[in-house]
Amino acid sequence: MSRWQVIAWSIGVCLSTPLAFLIFESLQGDSEVFSHLWDTVLWDYISNTVLLILGVIALSCIIALPLGWLAAYCQFPGQRFFEWAMMLPLAMPTYIIAYIYTDLLDYAGPVQVALRSWFGWQSPADYWFFDIRTLPGAIVMIALVLYPYLYLIFKTALREQSFKLVQASQLMGLNPIQSFFKVSLPLARGAVVAALALISMETMADFATVHYFAVSTLTTAVYDTWLGYYSLTAAAKISGIMLLFLFVSLLLERFSRKNNTIHERQVSINEEALYCLTGKRAWLATAYCALILLIAFVLPVTILLGYAIDYFDQAWSNEFFVYAWQSLKIAIWVSVVAVLLSLLVVFYQRIGANASKNVPGRFASTGYALPGTVLAIAVLLPLTLLDNKLNQWFANTNFEPGLLLSGSIFAMIFAYIVRFYAIAHGAVESSYVRISPSLDMASQSMGKNLLQTLSLVHLPLLRRGILTAALLVFIECMKELPAALLLRPFNYETLATHVFQYVSDEQLELASISALFIVLVGLIPLYIVNRSMEQHRS
Amino acid sequence: MSSLVLEKVSYQYQQQAVISQLDLSVEHNEIVCLLGASGCGKTTTLKAIAGLIKPQQGRISIHGQCMSHKQLFVSPQHRNIGMMFQDYALFPHLNVAQNIAFGLSKLNKSERNRRVAQMMELVRLEGLEKRYPHELSGGQQQRVAIARALAYRPNLLLLDEPFSNIDTQVRFQLINDIRSIIKDQKVSAIFVSHSKDEAFAFADKLAIMHEGRIAQLDSAKNLFQKPKTKAVAEFLGRGIYLDATRYNGQSVTTKFGEVSSSISLPESEQHGQIYVRPQHIELVNAPQGQVEILQQRFIGTEYVYHIKVADQQLEVPAPAEQLLDTNQPVSLKIKAHAVNFFS
Amino acid sequence: MKRLLAVLFTTLVCTPVMADEEVNIYSFRQPFLIQPILDKFTAQTGIKTNVVFAKKGLIERVKREGKHSRADLVLTSNFSALIQLEELELTQPIKSEQVAQSIPAAFRDPQGDWVALTKRVRNVYSSKERLGELKSLTYESLAEPKYRGKICTRSGKHPYNLGLVASMVAHHGEAYTKQWLLDVKANLARKPQGNDRAQVKAVKEGLCDLALGNSYYFGKMLTDEKQKAWADSVFINFPNQENRGSHLNVSGVVMTKYAKNPANALKLIEFMTSDEAQNMYASVNMEYPVKPGVKLSPLVESWGTFKEDALALSEIAKYRPVALRLIDEVKFDL
Repeated sequence: MSRWQVIAWSIGVCLSTPLAFLIFESLQGDSEVFSHLWDTVLWDYISNTVLLILGVIALSCIIALPLGWLAAYCQFPGQRFFEWAMMLPLAMPTYIIAYIYTDLLDYAGPVQVALRSWFGWQSPADYWFFDIRTLPGAIVMIALVLYPYLYLIFKTALREQSFKLVQASQLMGLNPIQSFFKVSLPLARGAVVAALALISMETMADFATVHYFAVSTLTTAVYDTWLGYYSLTAAAKISGIMLLFLFVSLLLERFSRKNNTIHERQVSINEEALYCLTGKRAWLATAYCALILLIAFVLPVTILLGYAIDYFDQAWSNEFFVYAWQSLKIAIWVSVVAVLLSLLVVFYQRIGANASKNVPGRFASTGYALPGTVLAIAVLLPLTLLDNKLNQWFANTNFEPGLLLSGSIFAMIFAYIVRFYAIAHGAVESSYVRISPSLDMASQSMGKNLLQTLSLVHLPLLRRGILTAALLVFIECMKELPAALLLRPFNYETLATHVFQYVSDEQLELASISALFIVLVGLIPLYIVNRSMEQHRS
Repeated sequence: MSSLVLEKVSYQYQQQAVISQLDLSVEHNEIVCLLGASGCGKTTTLKAIAGLIKPQQGRISIHGQCMSHKQLFVSPQHRNIGMMFQDYALFPHLNVAQNIAFGLSKLNKSERNRRVAQMMELVRLEGLEKRYPHELSGGQQQRVAIARALAYRPNLLLLDEPFSNIDTQVRFQLINDIRSIIKDQKVSAIFVSHSKDEAFAFADKLAIMHEGRIAQLDSAKNLFQKPKTKAVAEFLGRGIYLDATRYNGQSVTTKFGEVSSSISLPESEQHGQIYVRPQHIELVNAPQGQVEILQQRFIGTEYVYHIKVADQQLEVPAPAEQLLDTNQPVSLKIKAHAVNFFS
Repeated sequence: MKRLLAVLFTTLVCTPVMADEEVNIYSFRQPFLIQPILDKFTAQTGIKTNVVFAKKGLIERVKREGKHSRADLVLTSNFSALIQLEELELTQPIKSEQVAQSIPAAFRDPQGDWVALTKRVRNVYSSKERLGELKSLTYESLAEPKYRGKICTRSGKHPYNLGLVASMVAHHGEAYTKQWLLDVKANLARKPQGNDRAQVKAVKEGLCDLALGNSYYFGKMLTDEKQKAWADSVFINFPNQENRGSHLNVSGVVMTKYAKNPANALKLIEFMTSDEAQNMYASVNMEYPVKPGVKLSPLVESWGTFKEDALALSEIAKYRPVALRLIDEVKFDL
């Protein structure tokens, strides 16, 4: 066993302990609650979950694939601005956008009020208007926030394809749309599936939005069984079903990546743009980008700003900077550690010789699909156990550690890492496979050991992947809520928990400033990611 | 002392033998080419020598020092081997000078700079130190790769199909350049290729690989004149087999008459086959001939005839003035040459 | 080795050093609801209060932390959480004469393991415009066909509704309650969603005519600029006045079994049951104080007196699992 193997496996095992405890819990008899659910509501929950995931995937594709194609291949007014602006919705927490749109579109919202006064309608019976608090509504909200994952990954994949392929297909008589479906999309299939796996896991883990929209999914079932039936066992069993979904999507991702290991021999530098859109088409492209950006970002932020101005006196608090700092601190810690761990694991994947070299990474990624509160409990299980053991161990000294692990921000950081490791792993890995293996051999033959190869060759070439990984994790950390709520130490408030206090009472107005802070802080890393990509291109 | 010795080296990948019981030795300042069809195990052999894979059996020693034998395994970074890759493996994030200096970390700064300058001069790339790999032409990249591999004075240089990405027009010029650079540096080299033209131009000796073994290791001339197996003979060029009987130590008889050999033939067997290449065949008009002409092509200075004889097909050149009729059977005359006789 | 590690930990790991006099609270209630009372307590006693707020999972956290838990008190927003804490043996008896004197026995655990702090009624709001005040409304009558498509409520599984359904089971048995749930479900104007305020808002908007909601939300809405219009559009009705009385829920507090600051915790409980704090609950949060004789907020008082369902909370709590099962069986939320 090599040193690297030991490191990778320890990381894999460490990050999957919460899940292992949960699975262990699910085996503890008590199937009465579970079979009751099975007989009554569980199938509805499962079908809702499947529909939700499929819906979000479909809508994300509809939104993001054209955007990615436009950004990668076309030139149209505002292209450079939209190219990075289309990532902005990523900084928006789903529960906030859901809240804002409900406020806007429900019966008492300005839209319906305006329609009523316009047409002289009196009551809901006079007209039909879609109900946002439904499954389709939830699909739209979640897709609006998650599509940037697909957009980002798809755009990058298209950029790395040689324009010559598309040009060749056009010489063979395909129009741009045909060549998109027959050449560009199939070549980017691996990237698309990877992004969709990410999106479906995020969707599955969402609780706040579906709860707010009263759409019962498996996540709801987990909470019901645990908090209503007091059965952590049954809750763990349902989490098991969710894990099945996770494994299916992970498998799909692996499978699609398998045939797709084309190493970056020569960075192909594509000319300015493949298509130069003009006239009506150019404006259509601009309008499409602008529309999506308006719906997913500009409008919600404007409304938040409106709240913030209207309720400034009630919403402002001098503690904001403390909350913001605490959010920031955790996000930085988690993104640094998650990226480091994923680097070690992916490095072992690269150098490992045996067939099991991919296992630690898969183990470590399992926390991603667990909803926050379930994950929080799953993290508490081993940490409190460890804390109690630690206290026993120190029993005859005058030192009493107390809840050293579970009672400090360690618990939060650990939970976040377990949850977001998968994002870091994916970004680093996809960047790694593009480095030709002959570079490793060259470095080794020139007298460098593995560690030197890692630091002198891999790290510089992975810079962009590492940066992307860190920043995606960072943004997710800023938004993450349930794990923070349950695991935080006394008096520890982050921006997200502060927002939740009020959202849970349906008074987002009073937390609008915190919500804006979350979005603003999320914009900084997005800007940095974009800058680094621009530099890479020029 | 030999620069490199491989004894009975075997390597299996997923229960499949890739190289088996392979023996090879390379003398000091000698360039040996591992030549063979793709999948014959030549790149694997190269990796085993470099230490990038560990053979399950056998012994590898470099300059008399054992590198791989049973439990002993010296990792690649301690073998002091230079390697040049098919895709050159230049580090895209480092410029030319940094790439060349990559293996020179043991030297101090001024020595390192001096060595880089020396190598730049050797490969005639002065002035391009600050360029990045993607800013160079294919030939320039290749010269950087060779400079990088030689910069730290390796005990042995390994080259994995280094010329396959180069235009035919400049390839042989480059082969000459690099051969003289290697000879100039007095280093032994092993070169992997599937092209015998490259091998003849570049190597001192050729090791023909077939099914995970070295079928024959010899100079080009000897390989042509005395191929040990039919596989070796066939690999070196197309030809036809004709049944033959040894007449005496210097000639054989075939159905196309007596063929005299410029080398003495083995005495062990009377009956066997000879392998005849196109350049030793002369087509002659003969109404009762047993050779059929399938096609005829003019290629500038001569004609090429596609013939069929004893169920074998071959393209044979013939002088332009000797025009043969495609519908008429012809016969063969085999010129005197170093006859490949197989029993 | 151990000693060395111990020293290392004590010096290196800066476990947040807290003030000498403090009390640590796990709270199911939003901090902004209880902070004024806690601030007052700190001002009077100098004891610092530390809070972790979460709506879910705090009980599991106390349970898993075991004897090292730093929580001294758990504040809950409904009685089932109080009883669950007691059943999991995470509590210790609150030994205080003062508390025993201020709080009627019905609102204390017989063993003293929990104390209720405020009462809230499960009211039914009716549209002023379309239904008017319904003096003789009962919970049972919500199942009548005349209300088809006219009722709004939050999720059936929310503790407030769950408590109501459990009390229905306690009074009428399982079979009756299941039919009642089916009929109420058939009467719903929309799928259960939102919180109690949102139901009143829906009445105002004309989506429905009847809404289930807790009493204090009504008071809170009347004092909120934007929401006043919603509240003004409905009457607050106290159901079952002609028979058993309206269903109550309570918010309450327990002292944890392994409380590290039991004396301070007790002080805080005593403060929370004192006239002063009870008054604040009444005036700031518009809840009904549990301590007899404490003045109600004038607004709450204006809703008049009402008859309370006298069935003990611990009795109702027994039927909670059945209630939950029935809600799933009739797919109330789906």
